[in-house]
Parts: sequence; C-alpha cells; structure tokens
Amino acid sequence: MRIPILKLNDCLLVSIQWELDDQTALQFQEDLLKKIHETNARGVVIDITSIDFIDSFIAKVLGDVINMSRLMGAKVVITGIQPAVAITLVELGIRLDDVMTALDLEKGLEKLQQELGD
Amino acid sequence: MEIQSCVTILNEWDIVAARQLGRNVAKELGFGTVDQARITTAISELARNIYLYAGQGQLCIDRLNEQGKTGLRIIAVDEGPGIPDIRKVMEDGFSTSGGLGAGLPGVRRLMDDFDIDSNPGEGTDIRATKWLR
Repeated sequence: MRIPILKLNDCLLVSIQWELDDQTALQFQEDLLKKIHETNARGVVIDITSIDFIDSFIAKVLGDVINMSRLMGAKVVITGIQPAVAITLVELGIRLDDVMTALDLEKGLEKLQQELGD
Repeated sequence: MEIQSCVTILNEWDIVAARQLGRNVAKELGFGTVDQARITTAISELARNIYLYAGQGQLCIDRLNEQGKTGLRIIAVDEGPGIPDIRKVMEDGFSTSGGLGAGLPGVRRLMDDFDIDSNPGEGTDIRATKWLR
C-alpha cells in the first residue's frame, strides 16, 4: 500500500498511518521526490504520530529522503515523534542531526511557513 | 518456565512478522509503551541482520519467569557466515552493509542482558533479554 501525499498550497503533507515495511518505505521515498518535482513544492511535513517504533533502516530511509528533498529545494519537517520513539532512537545511537522537527502537524506547518519566509 | 514462539526469517516480510510477534508478547507480559518500542526495535535490528548477512535463520521470543521475575528474551540464531571480530561489530558506527551501524551496540543498549556467540563458518547466536520492572 502506498502512503498518500497531499498538496496544500506550496507544501506537501504526509501522514504515515501504519507500520512501515521496507518496500513501503522505499516506495515512499521515490513517490515523495516525484511529487516534489511535479508540484514544485517548497516544503514537506511528514507526520509520524501513529508510528510506535523506528529502527535503523526506517531512520536511514527518513534521513535520506530529507537530504534528497533538500537537494530538490524542499525543506522537510518531521512531526509527531512519540516519547517512546525519541527514547529508542537515541538509545539505538541514531542521530537525526539537522532535521527540523515539531511536536505536531500544526506546529510543523507554522515552522515550515517561518522557514519559507511567508 | 519458558514458552517459546518463533518466526523463520527468509525475507523482509518475516522481519515485520517477528516485530509483531515480539510486540504482542511484550504487551501480553505487561511491558509499557517505551519498553514495547525498545523490544520491537531490537527485534527489527536482529531480524534484519539475519536477513542481510545470513540469508535465513530463526527469531524466537521466550517468555521468562525466573525467581518471580518476568522477562522477554529474544533469540536470534542463524547458520550464516558468522562474525569474525565480535569486538568490532560491537563498536558504534561499524557497518559492513552501508547502514547506520547502529545495529548490535544499539540492541545492547535497548535491552537489559545481551549475549553473543558467533563462529566464522558456523553461524551466530544472539540472546537479548528485557526484564519487567
């Protein structure tokens, strides 16, 4: 199943609603970049409120897609990281440096608007 | 007293199945959401190692009850190439697969007890336990 990507003005909105398997994660990477290209989006919010764990593979896919989006001129904000996810990511030894995050979707969109300067 | 459930790891989908099994057992034993996430993540790392490095193997979950203590043990066993230098794979940032290198040292931090036994050419046996507090 593919993760839906919605367009809102010059931003894209993604809400990951179920546990990611490897194929879905990689497909999402490709789909998001294509969508940025098609829509000229300048910003992306990826909400992971429903995700209850992140392993090193998913962390790598997420980190990679953020860097790839940046190469295409779009800024990405990750929102809704659960306490359990934050704890396990740090204990696992994964650093998502230079990644913009916000508590929830609303704050994520605000942050993106500030970053984009409008 | 031990009750064991196993998943044979042959492909990516089996990694998902192993995670789901572990999460269900963790819930059943009464682990909180943070420990459930630790256990699920540890299983995912170990199952992925089997898939990536050994091609196939088994991921088993034991329900432990020792001296009034309840625990969950993950056992990851394969007959793959084995690990020539265990000390090296236990260093943070070491990876032979282009991953994040968070694998084994990360799993050790997520769990309470961690044992690894590996011989080149014979395979790898990893046991990691989380105790209910």
